[in-house]
Amino acid sequence: MNAGSNAPERYYNYAYLDEQTKRMIRRAILKALAIPGYQVPFGSREMPVPYGWGTGGIQLTAALIGPDDVYKCIDQGADDTTNAVSIRRFFAQVADVAVTEDTGEATIIQTRHRIPEKPLKAGQVLVFQVPQPEPLRGLEPRETETRAMHAYEEYGLQYVSLYESVATYGRIASTVGYPTMIDERYLMNPSPIPKFDNPKLDDNDAILLFGAGREKRIYAVPPNTRVRSLDFEDHPFETQTWDDACALCGAGDSYLDEVVLDDAGQRMFVCSDSHYCAERRAAGHAGPMAGHQLATPETEPAQ
Amino acid sequence: MNAMPQAIQAAPLLRVSGLTKWYGQIIGCRDVAFELRPGEVLGIVGESGSGKTTLLNCISGRLPPSSGSVEFDTARFGLADIYSLNEPDRRRMQREEWGFVHQNPRDGLRMRASGGANVAEPLMNLGGRHYGKMRQATIDWLERVELDTRRIDHKPRQFSGGMQQRIQVARNLIHGPRLVFMDEPTGGLDVSVQARLLDLLRELVRDLDLAVIIVTHDMAVARLMADRLMVMKGGLVVETGLTDQVLDDPQHPYSQLLVSSVLQI
Repeated sequence: MNAGSNAPERYYNYAYLDEQTKRMIRRAILKALAIPGYQVPFGSREMPVPYGWGTGGIQLTAALIGPDDVYKCIDQGADDTTNAVSIRRFFAQVADVAVTEDTGEATIIQTRHRIPEKPLKAGQVLVFQVPQPEPLRGLEPRETETRAMHAYEEYGLQYVSLYESVATYGRIASTVGYPTMIDERYLMNPSPIPKFDNPKLDDNDAILLFGAGREKRIYAVPPNTRVRSLDFEDHPFETQTWDDACALCGAGDSYLDEVVLDDAGQRMFVCSDSHYCAERRAAGHAGPMAGHQLATPETEPAQ
Repeated sequence: MNAMPQAIQAAPLLRVSGLTKWYGQIIGCRDVAFELRPGEVLGIVGESGSGKTTLLNCISGRLPPSSGSVEFDTARFGLADIYSLNEPDRRRMQREEWGFVHQNPRDGLRMRASGGANVAEPLMNLGGRHYGKMRQATIDWLERVELDTRRIDHKPRQFSGGMQQRIQVARNLIHGPRLVFMDEPTGGLDVSVQARLLDLLRELVRDLDLAVIIVTHDMAVARLMADRLMVMKGGLVVETGLTDQVLDDPQHPYSQLLVSSVLQI
């Protein structure tokens, strides 16, 4: 057993990273906040998880977290998936922080692929795990060229991908990682969040930080910044919609996951934000399949 | 002699003077100087390694020369040395006022995007944000370069070499440039496809009143396309003059060799 982080004898530095690294990351964060949407290079470290599992987000969190923080970690909106549980336990252990599933209570929320349904407040920090920070990479493989394009605000190329989408599907069909313009200056890839969440980026009260560990980039959207999703004049931006409401809590305004129940075609739609759904159920809301076993997942064993 | 041709009286569109490019100890091109008027087609001919492509790259802002200047009559700054403009201004000027047709369509097209998107990209680069209008402009241009408009969403690799070259031509003309650079635009195409493409290029150049600098080693292409010729050898311009004059009555021994080595059938 490791000793607690405040114990006289510790086997690792507080919050896992050494102080110099955390300092370097904090400086990158400050620079990112000063230039909203600009990708700041940083010296990404080896983390105890593989690339693609959230090394960028973990490093951001490690640089920010303090003993009085309350930490929440979600993966695809859910608090109870393997990745989320592992990272939450990691910080509970190495940073001695309180952990929670309550969006309103948390001070740092690390997320993969979702923004919580409950509106964030000033003082909260949302940390995104980003696999590919460069929105133009799909069409322009040269880093030197994409850097020049950002520097000179040459963003026509991004519209080529939207054009292709409309030409193929008759509408802008991309649903995740939908490109956004930050404060009408920098083009930003909002990590693979569904475009359903794009409007939540705009004028958000919380600090939004994005970390890409493998690609070694940090970028940020400061509170109350204008974030516009790109579109065509004759094909305006729109979010996904569902015909169903959440089968468990009846919510009609949340992002829904489709769950296949058997091999006879039975399926249900449930909120992807597990805490939002649980809170609604506790408040007495019920969907058509309320009481289904999915509503009572196994509780996390005591640590 | 007061009936001077119109082209000579117009202000120059492009003025190149003392252009020299060294690759270390090796000479790329040396002391090249010429002027180009609006609507004029200049051919640069010579054998492989004579400095044609080096010269074209220097003029088109892709390769800074060792010395000399390239001045272009820009819309925003007037006649200005393109290498003294700062990089964003130069890139913008290249996007707005120039086109560049590569010998190999793979160099000039985005192979991952569809043919239609390739043609429409310059419009988006210049701020086009209306899908329907850009789509229509793309269709119009595909018709103009005689491509099947039903194939608008096919990827470049699904087209033949000649068709890819037509896509590239449409992509480089859709935004209404004033000067187009062409590096062996018909190289690697078979003779009948080459003839049709040349015919098309000639028609477009005349209709749009484009200024063109075309690099080729093919005398027939030069004869068909160019108003004026520059013959290069070993990095030097050895002869320059009207196309018919150079081809019918070559003065320099190298030009004579070049003209006499054209295959006759």
